Amino acid sequence: MSQSTLLKVDNLAFERDDSCLFENINLSLNSGEILQIEGANGSGKTTLLRLLTTALQPSAGGILYKGVALSQCRYQYLSNMLYIGHQPAVKLTLTAEENLRWMVASSAKINQLSIDEALDGVGLSGYSDIPCYALSAGQHRRVALARLLISEAELWYLDEPFTAIDKQGVSFLEARLQEHLHRGGAVLLSSHQDLAIDNLRKYSLSSQAGQTQ
Amino acid sequence: MAQSINSGFTPWLKRDLLLAYRRRGEVASPLVFFVMVSTLIPLGLTPESAQLAEIAAGMIWVMALLATLLSVDGLFASDYQDGSLEQLLISPQLLPMPLLGKITAHWLTTGLPLTLVSPLLGLMLSLPAAGYLPMLCSLALGTACLSLTGAVGAALTVSLRKGGLLLSLLVMPMYMPVIIFGSATISYAIDGLNWLPPLAILGALFAASVALCPLAAAGALRITSAN
Repeated sequence: MSQSTLLKVDNLAFERDDSCLFENINLSLNSGEILQIEGANGSGKTTLLRLLTTALQPSAGGILYKGVALSQCRYQYLSNMLYIGHQPAVKLTLTAEENLRWMVASSAKINQLSIDEALDGVGLSGYSDIPCYALSAGQHRRVALARLLISEAELWYLDEPFTAIDKQGVSFLEARLQEHLHRGGAVLLSSHQDLAIDNLRKYSLSSQAGQTQ
Repeated sequence: MAQSINSGFTPWLKRDLLLAYRRRGEVASPLVFFVMVSTLIPLGLTPESAQLAEIAAGMIWVMALLATLLSVDGLFASDYQDGSLEQLLISPQLLPMPLLGKITAHWLTTGLPLTLVSPLLGLMLSLPAAGYLPMLCSLALGTACLSLTGAVGAALTVSLRKGGLLLSLLVMPMYMPVIIFGSATISYAIDGLNWLPPLAILGALFAASVALCPLAAAGALRITSAN
């Protein structure tokens, strides 16, 4: 496995309403690596992830993808990135299958796995025709996580992916993340859980000068 | 860039149409409003067909505008709340095309049905026979303009919790040329004048809106999502 640096974050800072949420964020992510962002509630984990997805603009600092500034390779970067946010982006009036089909339609890098196989994979077989308002919060999360089975993107950004997921779901997700790392992908996730995954590094946002351990 | 310009238009159009189909009752409410108010006017004002005929063109357009304004508010609201708007913003596609798909779906579910039931209202408001074809043409073009410009306002106010009033204030000035030339198209035809010039101006407004509004809405969404 080649250890190439996929993502490098350089002195990133973010201000909101003239108050600094965080500054001097430096981190790097190699292929095959998983980085867990830790921090108290309100320390800016979601904001950091949203900065990395380009949904937010940093007030200072830069993000490099494979050594190139994001402004130079925006299309390549976004096609190689998958983000699952706090809200699972599940439409309640659509069925699980329709939701997943639409989510996949807008992502660039996907594999041959069918929608049904992916839903089976996350334990939603038999639920594919049911409107999502009849499903539980954990099942909504599973619909969103089914994207991980189909995605071929290198970089995965997961914001609290274990929310509302049961034990069996957690171990499934850990296995899937491990598999992604073995294929040379990289994961950056925010979570308060202790994960059973190799190559795990942690990054703490709680202290101002948080350093990669 | 290896992406086609069309990418994103069709999936979002299909999705929004499917969503609209799933909540038909909600989607039909502007239409019901349009029909209901139109039946009240003869009751409240006068049943005299001569007097009604005079105000019919203006009335139909005012109500079409209000009915559109009612529905444009929700164009991005649910996508913003459940996170799908964020997914759209970070997708590698060009943003204006998916937005144009959403706006097209909005027009197909509000403006088009409104245009199609308008002859019924013309009948209730004693619209002279010469006014029907101009009414259909002007409403079809004009409601498309309303959906397009309304989308810019909806994009600007999506992150505000109570954006409804602000949205009306924002888009109302942009709606004025549409209502002026829309009702002019009908009243010119009733007065026996050539009604094609005002319709042509509506067409020009529509062409400008199609070209500019998706871009403006995309810019507005980028600004609002960054806060």
